[in-house]
Amino acid sequence: MAGQTGVAASGVIVAGLSREQLLEIYYYLQLTRQVEQVLTNLYRQNKVIGGLYRSLGQEATAVGSAYALRRRTDGTGDIISPAIRDLGALLLMGARPVEVMRQYMAKGDSPTGGREQNVHFTDYRKGYIGLISHLGVMVEVMAGVALSFRIRGEDRVALVYAGDGMTSTGAFHEGLNFAAVRRLPLVVIVENNGYAYSTPVAKQTAVSSFVDKAEGYGVYGEQCDGNDVLAVYEMTKRAVERARAGEGAALLEVLTYRRKGHAEHDAQAYVPPVELEYWEARDPIDRYEKRLLENGWATQEELEAIEARVAGEVDRARDEAEASPMPEPDSALDGVYGDRPTARPWTRLAIPDPHYA
Amino acid sequence: MTTATKESRRERPEHVRNTEEGRPVTFLEAIREALWEEMERDDSVFLMGEDIGVYGGAFKVTEGFIDYFGPERVIDTPISEAGFTGAAAGAAHMGLRPVVEMQFMDFISCAYEPLTNYIATSRWRGSGPVPMVVRGPVGGGVRGGPFHSQNPEMAFFHTPGLKIVYPSTAYDAKGLLKAAIRDDDPVLFFEHKKLYRLPALREVLPKEDYVVPLGKARIHREGSDLTIVTYGMMVHESLKAAEQLAAGDGVQVEVIDLRTLLPLDEDAIIESVKKTNRLLVVHEDTRTGGIAGEIAMRVNEKAFEWLDAPILRVTAIDTPVPYSPPLEDYFLPQVSDIVAAARYLVKY
Repeated sequence: MAGQTGVAASGVIVAGLSREQLLEIYYYLQLTRQVEQVLTNLYRQNKVIGGLYRSLGQEATAVGSAYALRRRTDGTGDIISPAIRDLGALLLMGARPVEVMRQYMAKGDSPTGGREQNVHFTDYRKGYIGLISHLGVMVEVMAGVALSFRIRGEDRVALVYAGDGMTSTGAFHEGLNFAAVRRLPLVVIVENNGYAYSTPVAKQTAVSSFVDKAEGYGVYGEQCDGNDVLAVYEMTKRAVERARAGEGAALLEVLTYRRKGHAEHDAQAYVPPVELEYWEARDPIDRYEKRLLENGWATQEELEAIEARVAGEVDRARDEAEASPMPEPDSALDGVYGDRPTARPWTRLAIPDPHYA
Repeated sequence: MTTATKESRRERPEHVRNTEEGRPVTFLEAIREALWEEMERDDSVFLMGEDIGVYGGAFKVTEGFIDYFGPERVIDTPISEAGFTGAAAGAAHMGLRPVVEMQFMDFISCAYEPLTNYIATSRWRGSGPVPMVVRGPVGGGVRGGPFHSQNPEMAFFHTPGLKIVYPSTAYDAKGLLKAAIRDDDPVLFFEHKKLYRLPALREVLPKEDYVVPLGKARIHREGSDLTIVTYGMMVHESLKAAEQLAAGDGVQVEVIDLRTLLPLDEDAIIESVKKTNRLLVVHEDTRTGGIAGEIAMRVNEKAFEWLDAPILRVTAIDTPVPYSPPLEDYFLPQVSDIVAAARYLVKY
């Protein structure tokens, strides 16, 4: 990514980040948004079989936070568990767009072989564990991942994303309390995006801000503007480094906004239009672009080149995913247990005549 | 100077040396030895639960463990069955082998969510195996009331991905628990609390390491006239009934101890039914949705032609577990119930 900005290419510019890193963040913001745009088109063509959960307008929370992690591809880095709108974090950790598209399209060569959907998939080497639909359980599971780091003396960190709705579950409480009391290296990021399906935050909690709960758990807490990708990065970095240094768990809150419905089928009639307009004007990618340009950290041409590169990658991923086969029906039998097969339906075997058996 | 591992250099405390020194052990001591030996054998095995460390557990199963293995491997948790069960899954994902204690298995219902949704499905979802054990005391007859007496095994029987073990002897308890800890799938391990210190169950166990494979039933008593399929405490009640029937009626009852409910050893059941042509299922669990229903269906599918009588069951009544002795005794299956059902079947 060569460019003319007048700043030394390897030098730190802001937030401890180099120009290459700033542009890398831009790349992942673009990638997240464009993958979801392609998925939206596929959804409209009925090629995405299940629901489509978009992160439009909150991409910076996922990308900025995951960028603060130690990312490896050999199973030695930090580990995240995303919430449904953290596609950007998954991509940063190394998930490939074609994998995401295959997941959504229920393909046989998707990371789960067509068994699970959307971002519900796992890669321990790259460092992400897929969530399930029951909210809060991943806070418990990731507390256990952090516990394993403690038991083995590894300086790794577990990061789990929670929507504002997830904070109301008992599992969220039990998982966070467990990590807090054992001072485990667990960072919990509450992505306050205004709504849990149709339920506004005001019906989810009586506290004025989720970060207030940090004190109740006895953990480090911080809050920031979730549509400022560098602010999210810096805040997460502080919590991650504290956790890595053995100073215990953290509860972070990012303030953002869900500009689409819960899923693509949801026309979000419960949202006042003025709210959407307000947040559209505060789009995290637009804001970051403006900042890059105004500070001379990047040129318009560079950003356009990145956008075009992403468009090409995403198009190729779509073509590849569309060409992927659907799963073999009886592959559903495999892998319930490690040591024994699941029985086939007997009516689909050769059935003997009961009178001459 | 050679460096042995830190555990092998240290002497085991007295209360876990019974088998090593040739003394008989109780059911509880067999479980304690299995945990201890597995923790010595494999550094990745660790324990979590309420009051299991400093206090040694409500039934003292893990007494002395924290002093020997340390607080990172014997973890006193907050009261949070779902929390520490889910955390066990996370640790298991990373290659550790957690053994979680439910102070009473009645409380496993609090962890139903992580167990059935997350843990049981993980391997199949492509999120990797979850090698962990959830163990704890179950069962009635100790005047524990509705929330310290339950047999919640069937709430999990319907969940593909879990294994369910319910031993009835000290030998099996030790060997099955070791097998469960070494298994790569999540195992629920049910320990009938009335068996924990039952003097009749004390036995001298082999000094060498052994496992009892999961998924294999065992013939507890051989017989030719009637098969009783059962597990846990009811193995012993069924044996008493079988002895009465042999002495008083000249009827030879075969008692099959399932040992593992999931996977169910269908072959052992079918084989016995083909020999005796009569089947009675006995379980301490309540009637509706108990394992008798599933067993009857399997026999119906695989051995219908061999039956000379309907399949019957003796179970607890369909109520919560009552506290007061007259009520609880009425609730629980009694030896006399088993004898009565067996006589009916033999005469049929």
